[in-house]
Amino acid sequence: MRRFRYFKVFAGGMILVGLIVCGVAAPMIAPYDPQEQRLEARLQPPAWAGGAAARYWLGTDNLGRDILSRIIYGSRISLLVGATTVILAGLLGCILGGVAGYFGKGVDELVSKVTEIFLAFPFLLLAIALMAFLGQGVVNIILALMMSRWVQYCRVVRGEVLSLKERDFITAARALGAKDFYILLRHIAPNTLPSVTVVATFAMAIVIISEASLSFLGLGVPAYIPTWGSMLSEGRSYMTRAPWLTIFPGLAIFITVFGINLLGDGLRDLFDPKLQRQ
Amino acid sequence: MIGRRLIGAIPVLLGISFIVFLLMHLAPGDPVYLLLGENATPEDVARVRHEWGLDEPLAMQYWQFISRAMVGDFGRSLKFGEPVMKLVLERLPATIELATISLIVAILISIPIGVYSAVKRDTLVDHAGTSMALIGVSLPNFWLGIMLIYFLGGRWNLLPVAGRIEYGLEVQAITGFYLLDSLLMGNMAAFWSAVKHLLMPAITLGTALAAIVTRITRSSVLEMMRQDYVMTARAKGLSERAVIWRHILRNALITVVTILGLQLGALLNGSVITETVFSYPGIGDLLIQSISARDYRLTQVLILFFGVIYFAVNLLVDVVYTFIDPRIKL
Repeated sequence: MRRFRYFKVFAGGMILVGLIVCGVAAPMIAPYDPQEQRLEARLQPPAWAGGAAARYWLGTDNLGRDILSRIIYGSRISLLVGATTVILAGLLGCILGGVAGYFGKGVDELVSKVTEIFLAFPFLLLAIALMAFLGQGVVNIILALMMSRWVQYCRVVRGEVLSLKERDFITAARALGAKDFYILLRHIAPNTLPSVTVVATFAMAIVIISEASLSFLGLGVPAYIPTWGSMLSEGRSYMTRAPWLTIFPGLAIFITVFGINLLGDGLRDLFDPKLQRQ
Repeated sequence: MIGRRLIGAIPVLLGISFIVFLLMHLAPGDPVYLLLGENATPEDVARVRHEWGLDEPLAMQYWQFISRAMVGDFGRSLKFGEPVMKLVLERLPATIELATISLIVAILISIPIGVYSAVKRDTLVDHAGTSMALIGVSLPNFWLGIMLIYFLGGRWNLLPVAGRIEYGLEVQAITGFYLLDSLLMGNMAAFWSAVKHLLMPAITLGTALAAIVTRITRSSVLEMMRQDYVMTARAKGLSERAVIWRHILRNALITVVTILGLQLGALLNGSVITETVFSYPGIGDLLIQSISARDYRLTQVLILFFGVIYFAVNLLVDVVYTFIDPRIKL
């Protein structure tokens, strides 16, 4: 069983590394410029599926742009939005959750009420609402997803801090004269890391799907930037003639999200002491 | 106890409405132009500014927004020219129908797989079940919908790809739910057409939920299997089937029901995308239409609606939970 958990972490981690490599080294890996239009090579099927021009591995779109190159470049947005949102939402959620759990009383009540209000909106809908009013843009999408995602961290961290602060080593630190913020940062924060890592991993998967969903709905990044979601949305009109326009970007989203979920699953199993005992 | 929970809901509802109210002020530009469009005449602008109280202080504006919301008066939609409330209520049954069928699809798939996975723990069956669940959560539902349309609708021509019912068939509106109305009227042709139109969207919307419920069912059955009363049941000489279905599953279902309730938000999230993919005329599709038409008033009301429905359902689940499991106190 334990070996299987390591396998999950390894396989998921490899997919995530693959995404990072694609995103960072896109100009070196992509065979073509993702924006370059070749009208003479419109809607070419993938090379291996009997495409006349064997030059395009995954075919071309309605403007003759290479699908593979666009998918490789599209990973940049997924990676950028995914990582930034997870980090920013994590910071906000952890700080609020930590402070609420540690200080309790009024602060805790206030934070809990705000959390409850944010949780009252289905996650993607809040992001859709924010994007509808903020307008398209990479910064806006990160902001919208961050505002809808910080709550999960806040709840988990608050719960952890509530139980951690009663532990003996915290009392000992306090007896030695440590200040509250020192205790929070030095003693409590490191102990919440395993749970935060797991939350962050799953959040990354959700954020990547959400970004793709928003782009698919036309509420994501501006149309000139290639993203997996917008590629799918554009490809829909050519579905019967050129199904590869929708199949491959969707597969890219699926494999990425699957990998990250696998990693999250593996990490959770590894960090969960209850499971280890079994 | 329930009363306290309901009173506690008031500040949250106020918070939801406040966020929705603020949305309008998030948008760049003057909200009046957002409401009327860029080509509004100065007279119209002045009239609407006064009518909607936009010349008042923010707190006053919020009060007016709430007062209007209380009586369901949200004015007319820019895009459709009809009262916003009427539009929303007209389309609500379609969304509820879709969500209900998706929920049924999800339950039918997930509970047997979840139970079977737990019973056959660490076997090939279990790994297949959990892998399927992992695939289910990772599938973007808009892609799944498009692929279903391509294969089931286009290539194999098995199911209709858009709408709620075949063109030309009429269903007399009684409840607004096509399945129910067509049955009540004895119109079987319409009933089957509505079923066929619902299948693909329901599978699209139900898959992610099915995946989550499979996992929860599996872990909750596993937990129940370790309980003493299960050993007692076995010691009594009950058949394995009776132990699983009558003793373990009944208790495991308490957790599953809660999760199902809490996952309604996921269904609402998904309904926006699923309805868009299948041009299914529910409130999710209306939301996206209102956003692309920049009909901000309609958008605002729909978001408020989604928030309030979701919150109300969660509250209901909490209350129902205390009846299912008397050990829980709110």
